Amino acid sequence: MASNSPKIPGIAELMDKIKSGKIFTEIAKEITESQIWTSTFRHGYADTPRNRVLQVVSNVWLHLHPVKIHRHALRIKFTWCMGGITFLLFLSTVVTGVILMFYYRPVGEYAYYDMKYLQYDVPFGMLMRNMHRWAAHAMVITVWLHMFRVFLTGSYKPPREFNWVIGVLLVTFTLLLSFTGYLLPWDQLAMWAVTVGTNMARATPFLGNEGPFAEYVGATPRYDVRALLIGGSIVGPPALLRFYVLHCIFIPLVAGALMIVHFWRIRKDGGISGPL
Amino acid sequence: MAEAAVPKKKIDEVPEKLHVWPYLVRLEFLCAIVTIVALAVWSMVIDAPLEEAANPTKTPNPSKAPWYFLGLQDILVYFDPWFAGVVAPVLIIVGLMLIPYLDVNPKGNGYYTYHERKAAIWIYCFGFLVLWIALIIMGVFLRGPGWNLFMPWQFWDPHKVVALVNVDLPYAFGVRTYNGAMLFGGIVILGYFAVGTAIYFFMERKALKSVGFLRMFLKIQLLLIMVGIVIKIVLRLGFNIKYVWVTPWFNI
Repeated sequence: MASNSPKIPGIAELMDKIKSGKIFTEIAKEITESQIWTSTFRHGYADTPRNRVLQVVSNVWLHLHPVKIHRHALRIKFTWCMGGITFLLFLSTVVTGVILMFYYRPVGEYAYYDMKYLQYDVPFGMLMRNMHRWAAHAMVITVWLHMFRVFLTGSYKPPREFNWVIGVLLVTFTLLLSFTGYLLPWDQLAMWAVTVGTNMARATPFLGNEGPFAEYVGATPRYDVRALLIGGSIVGPPALLRFYVLHCIFIPLVAGALMIVHFWRIRKDGGISGPL
Repeated sequence: MAEAAVPKKKIDEVPEKLHVWPYLVRLEFLCAIVTIVALAVWSMVIDAPLEEAANPTKTPNPSKAPWYFLGLQDILVYFDPWFAGVVAPVLIIVGLMLIPYLDVNPKGNGYYTYHERKAAIWIYCFGFLVLWIALIIMGVFLRGPGWNLFMPWQFWDPHKVVALVNVDLPYAFGVRTYNGAMLFGGIVILGYFAVGTAIYFFMERKALKSVGFLRMFLKIQLLLIMVGIVIKIVLRLGFNIKYVWVTPWFNI
């Protein structure tokens, strides 16, 4: 067969390239110098200080980071990594939550049976529901630990006072996200936990029908701040729909906006805190 | 043995500031992987609970709020819902937000220290670990039917009889008329805040000029409320006191 090969022009060179391994560098060159590649990646991969900088500033997902960071900010012992993990868990609930939304209807007649459907019939439905719920619970814990760490390191002190305030709001919204989601399975656990929780609104001073001074405002069981929250005087189908909208649209949007401010302020307040 | 002589890290050679890529990004990536793997494994092993369908005519006993609110639900034993369920959470949120504006100690900014800010650490740890976390643990594991306290080895008896022998504080002091009791309770509550505030201002009188009146005033009010909750718990558990101040509009 060797006598045949010269008949095809260039085949000998090609075989040489393959044998010597040069072919890979040539393919790599061909790809990385193509218009598609150079329009996507604005810098080389070689480990140079310039590329390290460009890697961060030319990437939309990484550009929230500064280019350089203090050495102490890398120590897990200092940061506990809890803020980042909280955000990651939030993203996990967003992804799994959107998948759950394809199968779940926030209607009194359907909600519970959609849960059963998710658990027994939807491929990976149980796993998605488990991940959503456990990530939500874990997020409550990690956001508390994040807050605890920030307090212990005194990181709320000037110039970061305002970001602490945003952080307290984010803790509150994390709890509200978890609480509104608690009702959606529409089982006994959900209904009565939310009944216990929302019953508190009945006792709101001035605005709840059983609260102090309510008689001066005219609050009634069907016309007070609790009725506004759950769309009636008991936790029923209107409450399910309200909590669904709050859980899937309103609170995530508000919390997302606050997260943007929170992350942006870290940079603007001089990066992660550290000994001055 | 030969390696042991070589220092593990030549810290002096590492610059004070490092590139985020790769040093921070790789760390975040590792944390993300560990978290996601842990979450996935946890979710494969343990299923989220799903009880029978919601039934408004069948109230479970005990009915518990989601676990992260059980600290507040436990405070309901000692306070009326308008305080435990509405005012206390609002005060917690507002009080937390005010921390940076009330704590003017410039030390301990950006590093762990106990000695430079003992009071701040103590107050926060007491509020977070005792009044929040410990009450949650108690609410999850030790509160049974009728919200009665059960030890882990005790049977959750729904028919457990607990004698209600609580009386109001004015009654315990022999005040029997309604208006007298209202006056007595008001004096106790307002007196507590007035005396507490006065003592604090007297002891910290030198700081008044540098810290400012409003800061010190808000700080001591929030502290007195936090301590007041503990006092009320002690009064209930130790002395069977139901309310301190009874009025036609609210009870404390």
